[in-house]
Amino acid sequence: MKDTVNIGFVGNPNCGKTTLFNAYTGAKLKVANWPGVTVEKKEGSMQYHGHTFKLVDLPGIYSLTSYTMEEKVSREFILSDDVDVIVDIADASALERNLYLTLQLIELGKPVVLALNMMDIVEERGMEIDMHRLPEMLGIPVVPVSARKKRGLDILMHAVAHHVDKEEPVIFVHDHDELEENSTHKHDHHTEYAMVYSDLIEDKIDAIIDVLKQHYPSMKNYRWHALKLLEQDPDIMKRYPIDLPEVMDRSYEKDIINQKYDFIEEIIGEVLMNKEKKEQLTDKMDQLLTHPVLGVPVFLGIMALVFALTFNIGDWLKETFVEAAIDWCSTGILNCLTFFQVNEVLVSLIVDGIVAGVGTILTFLPNIFILFLALAFLEDSGYMARVAYVMDGIMGRLGLSGRAFIPMLLGFGCTVPAIMASRALEDPKDRRKTILITPFMSCSARLPIYVVFSQMFFAEHAMLVAYSMYILGIVVALITALALKWIDKKESQNNLLIELPEYKTPNAHSIAIYVWEKVKDYLTRAGTVIFVASIIVWGLLNCGPSGLVDDMGQSFGAIIGKVLVPVFAPIGLGYWQIIVALISGIAAKEVVVSSCGVLFGIGNLNSQAGMDDMVSLLAAVGFGSVNAYALMTFCLLYTPCTATLATIKRESGSWKWTGQAMAFQLIVAWCVSFIVYRLGLLIF
Amino acid sequence: MTLNLNDSHIECTYQVVDVSGLELPVERRLEALGLTTGTQITVLNKKQNGALIVKVRGTRFALGQHIAAGIQIEEATK
Repeated sequence: MKDTVNIGFVGNPNCGKTTLFNAYTGAKLKVANWPGVTVEKKEGSMQYHGHTFKLVDLPGIYSLTSYTMEEKVSREFILSDDVDVIVDIADASALERNLYLTLQLIELGKPVVLALNMMDIVEERGMEIDMHRLPEMLGIPVVPVSARKKRGLDILMHAVAHHVDKEEPVIFVHDHDELEENSTHKHDHHTEYAMVYSDLIEDKIDAIIDVLKQHYPSMKNYRWHALKLLEQDPDIMKRYPIDLPEVMDRSYEKDIINQKYDFIEEIIGEVLMNKEKKEQLTDKMDQLLTHPVLGVPVFLGIMALVFALTFNIGDWLKETFVEAAIDWCSTGILNCLTFFQVNEVLVSLIVDGIVAGVGTILTFLPNIFILFLALAFLEDSGYMARVAYVMDGIMGRLGLSGRAFIPMLLGFGCTVPAIMASRALEDPKDRRKTILITPFMSCSARLPIYVVFSQMFFAEHAMLVAYSMYILGIVVALITALALKWIDKKESQNNLLIELPEYKTPNAHSIAIYVWEKVKDYLTRAGTVIFVASIIVWGLLNCGPSGLVDDMGQSFGAIIGKVLVPVFAPIGLGYWQIIVALISGIAAKEVVVSSCGVLFGIGNLNSQAGMDDMVSLLAAVGFGSVNAYALMTFCLLYTPCTATLATIKRESGSWKWTGQAMAFQLIVAWCVSFIVYRLGLLIF
Repeated sequence: MTLNLNDSHIECTYQVVDVSGLELPVERRLEALGLTTGTQITVLNKKQNGALIVKVRGTRFALGQHIAAGIQIEEATK
């Protein structure tokens, strides 16, 4: 065995590849209960008896055709030298469908080990799988595992280690009774291959292999290439052109698929016991959750609950624990600095810059924590994929498939992974449309802005105002999609196709990983982007053309802000301080709040005292509740943060398009804020 | 009698006759998911706009109206 063995984790979407990968490598990659969570291949490694096993977790695929990018990329990767052994992970509770990919993987000719995951669910349902007969029929090692409960992990790697050097497939005997008796094909392939096709196909395979051997003597795995040529796979036809018109008279892909499924039915008939056992819980829950009429109201209710928990419990946690801790820290720091008689400018930087900025952001941690906890529950329960179905009607009218709603929903958490999730959409046009509208879904970084400004200006209606921002974001996203549909004119087809997983009790470990990663991300941002931004904002406000300034009105920040006042005045935001805060918010949206803290010299903006100070300061310059609402609207819609912009660039592959998207979002933000502000002035 | 999956009824089981009315990539995808000729398909849920939830080979799928329209079915023979 080589010192380093490369192992590819391949399997259907939502079969537990990432859970298994995490279990082996100790990685903390996100797992959830909907198909398409993993969109990028991830690498990790582990030690096995002195050898390094390099594991690669691939996005889930249903087959190995070249019709979709994902499958093509996966296929090429598996065939490359980067993979020595394929670990095919199958959801044992949906064995029939999962075996299709297994048969395709076996045909690739590389060592394959089948890991039957979710065996615990199989047992719960009273089903049994004949673990003796299954490997016999497939000709590869089969290992039952439970990635969630970390069972069977050592045995699986043991099988991998023993299988890695096998040049020849395991010889096995498998009876195709009725076929064999009448077979006219001159070879008996049953001792060589698990999947043996009809005589017609096998004759053609032989004919093609003969020609391939002449033309491409260095080719590995003639049989697989012959099959792909019979399927008229465009990729392989281009790479290995051969001239055999009588044999390759049409595409035999359909025949090949059908015969694979015939064999799978044979396998299932032999190895699966008590197949008919029903999963009643999922059906019962679906009666309500995917109800044709009630589905949408139920979904809206669930989302309302998510945000009610976020604001209420989050605020309670904040008032009870976090505020006191932050106050204690900032007082401590100030006392320390005074005690050591630190330079006055440095004290100002630390207290007015860093503590005001970073400290303010930290007070929102409870809200963020609750929001992600709630989203983790939604994602891990199995409801996520249902949302695609429930929202399909509304999305269809906007020219998008219901599937596009998943990225939008994820956008309530963080826009970056949400935009990456749009990869699951097959139509490139749909993808761009989704990428363009997803940033309008209000992410968790915008939440602090609503919390602060709605509490400052709307007191008892604060909650309602914050809710209205989320609704406004959705409405703008939907109107944008509708407008794009009109511009595009093309009759869009509703190609929704998504697997609906079984509901399951959310797994504590998965949720802990999910929430912790998000919280860590938030804290990291507070310590990096927001930390740096706070220092820069402090610098801009305390330095001017004449050096250090006492009056912020003379600072560089004020000069920049004042230039832009005419642009922002029509939307009620013609205050240089607000403009500086908005510009700094492009770094990360929370920075709008932390900058306000720095700008107005308020230690903890997210406290009653801080808010009172801020309101009186703002009122002094004529900034009232209508302005506050316009500000929230602008923050909701304007150019997303730098991390999102980088993701949009990566996913769209075009700077030009990214620039256009950015400009579009700025214009939309300005226009909507204008309408909101003018209407507000008329009414109040 | 051959029907279109759009004309199906909830909680009824049918047999797939053909999916070749669809664009090739969609057809191949459906076949790879196990919607091959003769496969049993149970309709679990159906919406006004034609989207439905079906169960095929033990797995639930949500299908949009366009895809459903391209799936030819017949009453299951048991």
